[in-house]
Amino acid sequence: MTALAVSAAPSRWWHSRAVLRFINHRLALLGLAMITLLTLACVLGPYLLPYDSLYIDLRARFAPPMTGHHYLGTDPLGRDLAARLLMAGRISLLVGFSAMLLSIVIGALVGVIAGYRGGWIGAVLMRTVDGFLSFPSIFLVLALAAALRPSPIMITIIIAITKWMEVARIVEAEVRSLREREFVQAGRMLGLSGTHIMFREILPNAMGPIIVAASLTVARAILLEAYISFLGYGIQPPLPSWGNMLNGAQQYLASAPWLAIIPGAAITIAVTSFNFIGDGLRDALDVRDDHI
Amino acid sequence: MSQLPTGECQYERRVLDLSDRAAKSVRSLNSQQDVPMPLKGKDTLMASSIQAADSQDVALSVRDLCVSLPGGMERAFAVENISFDLKRGQILCIIGESGSGKSVTANAIMGLLPKVIRVSSGAIHLDGRNIAGLPADKLRGLRGRVVSMIFQDPLSALNPLMTVGAQIDEAMAAHGVGTPKSRRSRAIELLTEVGLPDVQLMYHQYPFRLSGGQRQRVMIAIALALEPAILIADEPTTALDVTTQAQILKLIRDIQRRKGMSVMFITHDFGVVAEIADSVVVMEKGHVVEQGSAVQVLKSPNHPYTRRLIAAVPHLTGKDRIPLEAAGKAPILQVNGLVKTYRSGAKWFGATRTVPAVNDVSFDLAPGRTLGVVGESGSGKSSLGRLLIKLMDSDGGRILFEGRDIAGLSEAGFRPLRPRIQMIFQDPFASLNPRSTIGHILTVGPVAHGKPYAQAREEARGLLSHVGLDAGAFGRYPHEFSGGQRQRIGIARALMFKPTLLIADEAVSALDVSIQAQILKLLDQIQRETGVSMIFITHDLRVASQICDEIAVMQRGRIVERGPPSQIFLNPKSSYTRELVAAIPGEQPEHARQASANR
Repeated sequence: MTALAVSAAPSRWWHSRAVLRFINHRLALLGLAMITLLTLACVLGPYLLPYDSLYIDLRARFAPPMTGHHYLGTDPLGRDLAARLLMAGRISLLVGFSAMLLSIVIGALVGVIAGYRGGWIGAVLMRTVDGFLSFPSIFLVLALAAALRPSPIMITIIIAITKWMEVARIVEAEVRSLREREFVQAGRMLGLSGTHIMFREILPNAMGPIIVAASLTVARAILLEAYISFLGYGIQPPLPSWGNMLNGAQQYLASAPWLAIIPGAAITIAVTSFNFIGDGLRDALDVRDDHI
Repeated sequence: MSQLPTGECQYERRVLDLSDRAAKSVRSLNSQQDVPMPLKGKDTLMASSIQAADSQDVALSVRDLCVSLPGGMERAFAVENISFDLKRGQILCIIGESGSGKSVTANAIMGLLPKVIRVSSGAIHLDGRNIAGLPADKLRGLRGRVVSMIFQDPLSALNPLMTVGAQIDEAMAAHGVGTPKSRRSRAIELLTEVGLPDVQLMYHQYPFRLSGGQRQRVMIAIALALEPAILIADEPTTALDVTTQAQILKLIRDIQRRKGMSVMFITHDFGVVAEIADSVVVMEKGHVVEQGSAVQVLKSPNHPYTRRLIAAVPHLTGKDRIPLEAAGKAPILQVNGLVKTYRSGAKWFGATRTVPAVNDVSFDLAPGRTLGVVGESGSGKSSLGRLLIKLMDSDGGRILFEGRDIAGLSEAGFRPLRPRIQMIFQDPFASLNPRSTIGHILTVGPVAHGKPYAQAREEARGLLSHVGLDAGAFGRYPHEFSGGQRQRIGIARALMFKPTLLIADEAVSALDVSIQAQILKLLDQIQRETGVSMIFITHDLRVASQICDEIAVMQRGRIVERGPPSQIFLNPKSSYTRELVAAIPGEQPEHARQASANR
C-alpha cells in the first residue's frame, strides 16, 4: 500500500511510537517500576534502616521477620537481614549492570568491526566468538573464579567475558544488513573514514537490538553472580551478595526458612523484572513496525 | 502506507485471501462427510448476475465510501465520499499519486484493510449486494471466487516455500472446488493460459526460480483460478521492467477480453492508463477529483489536478537538448574497457558461478554534459555507477577522471578525489541516516575533509534554500520530510563539495511524477549554474529523454547503443533499443510507432 503516510511525525524521541508502545506494555512498565524501586531501596535503604549490615548482635540470632526493628529478621550471627539484603542488592545490581556494560561494549565493538569489515577480519572475529561460545560457560566461570582472587570487579569481568558473544552476534548480523543500506554507501561516497561510518553512522541505527540484549544480559549477569557466589567462588563474606546469602542460608533451611526465601525472592524479582523490560523493549523496538 | 512493511503485508493478505486454513479445514471436513459442496452461493450469484446483466451493466459500484484512519495521521479519512462504477467487461483505471487512497479503496473492496483502518460509511455494491461491513467469513467466500486481486510485488505475494502448482491448487481447494485431479489439470490449463512456457515443469517450480514477469503471470493464474467476475490489480506492473510490463499489460487486456471480466486497475502511470483503460478515476488525497472515459480524461482533462498530473508525465521528446557551453574541450571522464564480474559459489569446492555485470564498457563524457545510462534490471547500469564512484572495485579497464586513472587507486588514495565525484542515490528513504539531523548529514563530509564546521554550516544552509527547502530544515531529522524533499536533501549533500561529476542512480524513480518533474528541473538548473557533468542512470527512457544530451543503452553488462536522444528514440540502431522504445507505455513518437508497425 502506497496510500498513506504519517506526516505529523513525532519530532522528539519521547513522542516516538516505540516509546508509546513500551508505555502500553503493562508487564514491561511493571518491570521498570520494580527495578526502579529495587535500585532506590538498595541505594538509599541502608541509610534509613536502624542497623548496619555488619553489626553483630548474638542475642538476637535467628529472629524471624517483624521482630522489633528487624523487619526481615536476623541471620545466624544476629545481623539485620533487611540491611544485609539491601547491601547485597547494591553489590549484585552493580555487578549485573557493570558486567552488562562491559559485555555490551566488547560485543558491540567486535560485532561492528566484524560486520562492517567482513572478509578475513570478520571471519577471525566471528570464529573467536564461536570459540568463546564453545566453552561451557559455567565451568569457565568457576575455573576463573577459583583461580583468580574473587572481588566484585573480578567477578564482573569474569561474567562479562562469558556474556559478550551473544551481543557480538546480534550486532554483527544487524551491521551486515545496515552496511548495504544507501546511507552507508553515501557515507563512503563522502569520503568518511571507516571508523566514522562504523561508530557514527551505523552503530546508532543498531541501538534497538543492543538495548534489548542489554536488558536481558543484566538479568543473566545477576543470575550468574548469584550462582557463583552461592557455590562459594564469588563475592566473599562478610561482603554480602544475594548469592552468598543463599549459601549461608542452606544449612538453616528447615529452622529459619526466611534466610533463603528473602534473598531468593530478591533475585527472582530482579531477574523477572529485567526480562519483562527486555520483552517490552523488544516489542517496542521491533523494526518491522518501526519502518521509517 | 509507507510505514507498513508492504511485502509482508501483501503476503499475509494473499494467505488471507486464498489459503485460509480455517476455511480449508472446514471444507475438507465437509467433503469427508460427503456433504455437497456449498454451491448455493455460486448458484444464487450466477442467478443474480444474470438478473443484473438484464437490469444493469455495472459489476461493482462504490457509493459515498469513507474509510477512516486512526488518530495521529495526516488526515482523518484515507478516502472520503468516493463513488464510482466498474462497468461489466471493462477496465477501470484508478490513478493517483502516493497517498491518494487508491490502494485503500482496493483493499476496502477486498475486505483486506488492516484492523485499525475501517470503512466508516458508504456502500460497496457487488452484483447488487452491499458488501461493506459484511462479516469476515462472508467476505472470505467472495474473495478469490467473485473478486480476485493481484499485487505489486509478485515475489512477496507468492509463498516462497510452495511450488507454483501447489499455490494454484490451494486457491481452489480453499474454496472447496474440484478434486485434486481436476484441480491439477485446471492449474496446468491456467499456466498455459497466462502464457508461461513449459507448463508441466513450471507446475513443480518454486517462485524463486522464476523471473519477475513469470511470477506476476503465476499471480494472475492464481487470481483467475476460480473465474472471478472482477479482477483488482494493484500496481501489477510497477515492479517490472518496461518490456515485461508491456507483456503483462497485454496479457491482462487479452484475458479480460476473452473472459469478459471486469478489471479495476490501480496505477500511478498515465502511460499505463493510455495503454489499457476504458474509463478512468483520478484520485487526490482521498477524493475522486475526476472520472470519465479514458479518451475524455486523457485528451481533455477538466480538473486542474488531472491536468497537472498529465503535464508532469515525462514524454519521449526525441529532441536533443541544447548543450551548454563546454567549459573545456577535454573530456572529464573517459572509461575504457571497464569490466566487473560477480562471483558466487564455493571458492574451494565446486564451480564458482560468474555473472558479468559490466562487460567491456567504454565511453567518455564532456564537461557540463549529461550522459544517460538506461537499461532494464540486471543490465549492469547500477553496477557501472558504483564502479565509477569506486563503491566497488573493478576487475579490469581504466577510468580516467580528469586524465588520471582512478580504477586502480586504493580507498585511501582515492579519498582526496571523492569530493570531486558525488552521487545521488535512488531511495530517498534509505539514503539518509534516520538517526542524523539534516545538518549533520550535509556537513559531515566537508568537515571530515577538513572544512571548519561553521563554514560548512553556512554553506549547508545556503544549499538547502537553493534546492528549495527551508533553511530551518537544518536541525530536523529525515523522517520529518516527504520523499521529494528528502531527494532534495540528497542532492544538497552531493553538492556540498561542489563536485565536477555527479552520478544520479535512479534518482527520480521512487518519486511521484509531479515530484519527478520538479527534481529533474532542479538537476537541470544546477547543471546550468555549476557546469557539473552528470551521469544519469535510469530504467525509464522517458525520463532519460528529458535530461540527457546523450544516452547509452545497456543490456547484459554491455553498451549496445549510444547516441543522442533523437537517434535512440526515433532511429534506433540496435534491435534491443527498438524493443525498449516500443515497450514504453502510453504514447510513442510517431516515427517509432511507424517503425514498429513496419516491422
